[in-house]
Amino acid sequence: MKFLIKSGLVVAVALAGSVSAVFAQTKTLDTVKARGTLNCGVNTGLAGFSAPDDKGQWGGLDVDLCKAVAAAIFKDPTKVKYVPLTAKERFTALQSGEVDVLSRNTTWTMSRDTSSGLNFAGVNYYDGQGFMVKKSLGLKSAKELNGATVCVQTGTTTELNVTDFFRTNKLEYKPVVFEKLDETVAAYNSGRCDAFTSDVSQLYSERLKSPKPDENVVLPDVISKEPLGPVVRQGDSGWANVVRWTHFAMVNAEELGVSSKNVDEMLASANPEIKRMLGKEGDFGKGLGLENDWAYQIIKGVGNYAEAFDRNVGAGSRLGIARGQNALWNKGGQQYAPPIR
Amino acid sequence: MTDLPVSSEKPRRSIVDMIYDPETRGLIFQVLLVVALFALGYEIVTNTIANLKKQNIASGFDFLGRTAGFDIGQRLIDYAPTDSYLRAFWVGLCNTLLVAAIGIVFATIIGFIVGIARLSHNWLISRLALVFVEVVRNMPPLLTLFLFYFAFLKSLPGPKQSIQLPFSSVLNVRGLSLPMPIWQPGSWLIPVALAIGIIASILLGRWANARRIATGQQFPVLWTTLGLIIGLPLLAFLAAGFPVTFDYPVLKGFNYQGGLVILPEFMALLIGLTIYTASFIAEIVRSGIQGVSKGQKEAAAALGFRPGLAMRLVVLPQAMRIVIPPLTNQYLNLTKNSSLAIAIGYPDLVSVFAGTVLNNTNQAIECITITMGVYLVISLVTSFFMNWFNTRMALVER
Repeated sequence: MKFLIKSGLVVAVALAGSVSAVFAQTKTLDTVKARGTLNCGVNTGLAGFSAPDDKGQWGGLDVDLCKAVAAAIFKDPTKVKYVPLTAKERFTALQSGEVDVLSRNTTWTMSRDTSSGLNFAGVNYYDGQGFMVKKSLGLKSAKELNGATVCVQTGTTTELNVTDFFRTNKLEYKPVVFEKLDETVAAYNSGRCDAFTSDVSQLYSERLKSPKPDENVVLPDVISKEPLGPVVRQGDSGWANVVRWTHFAMVNAEELGVSSKNVDEMLASANPEIKRMLGKEGDFGKGLGLENDWAYQIIKGVGNYAEAFDRNVGAGSRLGIARGQNALWNKGGQQYAPPIR
Repeated sequence: MTDLPVSSEKPRRSIVDMIYDPETRGLIFQVLLVVALFALGYEIVTNTIANLKKQNIASGFDFLGRTAGFDIGQRLIDYAPTDSYLRAFWVGLCNTLLVAAIGIVFATIIGFIVGIARLSHNWLISRLALVFVEVVRNMPPLLTLFLFYFAFLKSLPGPKQSIQLPFSSVLNVRGLSLPMPIWQPGSWLIPVALAIGIIASILLGRWANARRIATGQQFPVLWTTLGLIIGLPLLAFLAAGFPVTFDYPVLKGFNYQGGLVILPEFMALLIGLTIYTASFIAEIVRSGIQGVSKGQKEAAAALGFRPGLAMRLVVLPQAMRIVIPPLTNQYLNLTKNSSLAIAIGYPDLVSVFAGTVLNNTNQAIECITITMGVYLVISLVTSFFMNWFNTRMALVER
């Protein structure tokens, strides 16, 4: 019943919010500037992407994007109000104007982009769906999962992908669907399911959190494409530009070798590309409705993409995920940013 | 309008008089209120549609016919991922109705037993009932569900170490697997025999009652009824030559396959809801019994009724009149609380339709409206039935 009340509220917010969202539509940047903080929708707790630490400070790759947007607008990466959202709540929260940007490991799909009033502003993590199973089962591939019971979280593309996977391979399975990630994982850990399915990054994160990480293994099969990225409301392309170019600035900074440590020295660089990025040449910030040092502020306050990746999910973190698909385009990956010029 | 005959009776009344006439004024205000409500409703609907269109969010109910593409763990009717969202809706609705209907039956039985036990002269029994009621009804229902669910998951063994039960049943963390009866040709005799048994029992009961009123002679109705309802189908079963085979659960691969599986989510939800609602029903029954004047019991005793018989024939029928209206509330609560199912992974209506379907279509307003409508209909039907039952019980009063 509590759930119904909550859902009812969401609808009420959607009804009421849709009115205000329409006239606020073209001016999200102005609204954010006037408010003085950025409302950023994040995951309720996904290690490496967005989770509060033991001091209650939010951290993670998705959180860093919120910080970077705040740094570009306010020259201060701390001016963010984090709104933790479940998979089910996230789109309604964005549509109704409760958050300005949704940076919450959200898969870019066609229906979400075209018929849900949403606009994807880029891909800050290329992911794919996989399975985690108990090591003791001795499985080598997801194709051996015939007849298995699979724990899955509702409100995700995961639920559909897993059905497709078993259907195309003509295998049987039984889904057990939960609303929250915590209950899904708890059910898997207590043996209710043979497998837990989610994005591979999330599997690694949950494997670390489980009571005995060594007893679980992530199967090598990746059954779907999951491009995860920040989302904004449709119809405000100016605001979408701000978010999109914030991510691009971080990627370009990595490519040009500009990091939070050397950005001040780089201000004196003779390289015209770096000069344009850091606002020494041209009027690139104006086009976004920001100051010309917007990218400098991002790099100074948050760092480039490599720094954010390593600190949160990569080699420098407990997750230790390899760059893989998320390496720069010239290093065998897919992270590619259009030039600033 | 209904005020026409009024004005024709008193033709000399002016407009001002009419406005000050309480009856006319009341009517005007009611009409105004209805108009205002309709205007508000119209405004909300058109505004919402316009805004959804402006934000490029799909609206309308076309999505119900589209392919669902996801699977559901428990289904009472045939369903495959290639079926439509509408089919998924029915699967979810059936799951909700199943747990609500069984829950109401068990909650009523347990509630009545505990409620009567609360008034027992046996100190231990009445205290135990009190402890049960106070502990259970003071816990939030969601917590009760988690308690049972994770107690199940933590205590039950994996499929390979399953607990073997009689009749080839197995109990493990994946649920309780029972042999599923598969009816063979010729088995149609059994339901027919059952129907005959039930009809014969009803007729017999009427006849016995009439004879008792006329002559005072007793007839062993209970035993004859049991004999008719159980014995006749059993005879039919023998006559048709055991027309049934069983599909036994067998361990194959990851899990027991085949048979009839009762999911742990279903068990936890059913037990949690039943116990929680039973504690409230127990208090309602207790208050109902205590609400019957003491003189009734004393009079029954004076007429030579044994305490059990006095309770059954004198006190309970009168208590029922007090009990039924609040009992209806508890039935409605149980049905509505069943929407907590999603927390423990039971695929009820809210989980399937207001959860997965909503998220895959992103049509929050349509999905939530339909779900709210369904709960409204279930609740109205339940209270309609209970009101009918209540009037029937009340008619007995002199």
